[in-house]
Amino acid sequence: MVNATTPALGILLDDVSHGYDIGGRFTPVLENVNLNIAPGEFIALLGPSGCGKSTLLRLVAGLETPRAGRMLADSAPITGPGPDRIVMFQDPTLYPWRTVRANVALSQDISGRVDRAAVDAAITMVGLQGFENAWPHQLSGGMAQRAALARALVNNPRLLILDEPLGKLDSLTRLTMQTELLRLWQDRGFTVIMVTHDVEEALLLATRVITFSARPASVVSDITIDLPYHRHRDDPHLLALRRDILVQLGHSADW
Amino acid sequence: MTQTTSFPLHDIATAPDTATAPRRAWRPGLLPWLAGPAWCCAAFVTWFWPDADDFPATDSLAIACAIIGIVLVPVALLPRFSAKAPWMIALALGLAAWEGVQAKLLLLPRPFFGTPQDLLDVFVTDWRKLGDSLLHSLGLLAVGYITGAVLGVVIGVGLGRSARFRYWVQPIIRLVGPLPPVALLPLAFVIIPSSWAASEALMTLASAFPVIVLTWSGISAVDPAYYDVARTMGARDRFLVLRVALPAAAPQIFVGLFMGLGMSFAMLVVAEMLGVKSGLGFYMQWAQGWAAYPNMYAALVVMSLMCTGLITILFRIRDRILGWQKDGLKW
Ligand SMILES: Nc1ncnc2c1ncn2[C@@H]1O[C@H](COP(=O)(O)OP(=O)(O)OP(=O)(O)O)[C@@H](O)[C@H]1O
Ligand SMILES: [Mg+2]
Repeated sequence: MVNATTPALGILLDDVSHGYDIGGRFTPVLENVNLNIAPGEFIALLGPSGCGKSTLLRLVAGLETPRAGRMLADSAPITGPGPDRIVMFQDPTLYPWRTVRANVALSQDISGRVDRAAVDAAITMVGLQGFENAWPHQLSGGMAQRAALARALVNNPRLLILDEPLGKLDSLTRLTMQTELLRLWQDRGFTVIMVTHDVEEALLLATRVITFSARPASVVSDITIDLPYHRHRDDPHLLALRRDILVQLGHSADW
Repeated sequence: MTQTTSFPLHDIATAPDTATAPRRAWRPGLLPWLAGPAWCCAAFVTWFWPDADDFPATDSLAIACAIIGIVLVPVALLPRFSAKAPWMIALALGLAAWEGVQAKLLLLPRPFFGTPQDLLDVFVTDWRKLGDSLLHSLGLLAVGYITGAVLGVVIGVGLGRSARFRYWVQPIIRLVGPLPPVALLPLAFVIIPSSWAASEALMTLASAFPVIVLTWSGISAVDPAYYDVARTMGARDRFLVLRVALPAAAPQIFVGLFMGLGMSFAMLVVAEMLGVKSGLGFYMQWAQGWAAYPNMYAALVVMSLMCTGLITILFRIRDRILGWQKDGLKW
């Protein structure tokens, strides 16, 4: 996990709209989403539950094609999934028939480029050493999520797409993993798009915090956080931003 | 794995660990030491109680029982024998009872109910033909079953993954699959000139159907998120089928393989009784024709051992491949 050579990926979403047929009726989920993500940015996405954040990530990953709009990765259209855009899904979705090590090594199995040292390093990074040979059903929910994070990180992605990656962790592990994530991003310089429900987490980690409206989602605010790391959660600037964002998400201002 | 209960579970008491059942602490006590004497008892009954008729192999039977009895005395020292001891004792007592009821008192009508020595005599004098029949049966079964299993998995994967394949193949499967393959037997023997090939075709059909259906349902039930994970890492169809869909569906596929094996046992016996001129089914048919009932019993014993042996092998393979599952039936 030392070769921080792969350049980061930039993403451009141009008037992207998407929707699903639910019960025979078309339901719009994303409406005219415009986003320009520069290589190496750390983007946090916030929005009410069910607004379409996971859907947006699936589009960027190339798992689905949008109904309308243009999506570019480094000025090439996104037509399908690619190993340079690694997704960590909301559920860990580890393969139950693979051990933790084999799960983390999944991308290497697919590409055929085996690098055991990288696998071991990723496992150690998420604190799962000693559980390499465990089956997924023998892990706790948080451990499974950490294994999924290790699986996403193992092969130097150019863009890391994270869907509430730390959602199931206890607050202490969460802090450690936030620090780890930040360190990895600074070391390797990939682009990160991370969905989170935790406004504080977004403000501590991201270079840009983007807030979505309720479904159909569109961008309501796009705030660049121009503070150096390590940020302090009691920083008055962050506290003010936090209040603003919570108001945008629908909380009353006098909270 | 509910279908497996349809197979005789005679072996369950000797299974090394039935982890799912709450384990009562087993106090071995005297029981292991009684197994040897119990077999010596059976030998004693056989040897000293005069036969009611002129049976073959009485002496051999008594000697065999005595040898088992003597061997079991030191075996009682092995800790793992203690779990099997009750069964060994029961077997000896059962044998002695059978010997008493039939060989010594002749309480049951004769040619249909044999004696233990009759059975032993068949094994001693006719083992060559029995073994030969067993090999023929195994050969017939292996070709038909393995072909059926492989075809079943391939067709099941096709049905589960490709809409066009499903469009063309599903109606055929629905029409032909539920038909008991035995019903096709007369037709098959007419259409296919070699009775061997006809039997293989039917056995393939018989074993393929359950494998197809369960593979198909297993593949359709795979969590789409499993595919998404691999696809975002650049996996192509080959990887998705072989390394994602098949392992994810493996528990279901094995249910199909067990059911298919059961079906092919049935098909094997019918084919050998009606067409193929070799194998255990043929042997049985032949024995019945000559009213050689002990031979029929011997063939039944061999057949049952063959079936349980094959099921056991399949269970071993399953346990190896599905070792990741939380629990599973122990055969
Ligand atoms: N495959 C699908 N088929 C039909 N509707 C879908 C599908 N996936 C998502 N949706 C719908 O799209 C909407 C947005 O879903 P999405 O998962 O993107 O929300 P989210 O913002 O990630 O929510 P959460 O924060 O709760 O995870 C929901 O109303 C959901 O019902
Ligand atoms: Mg979501």
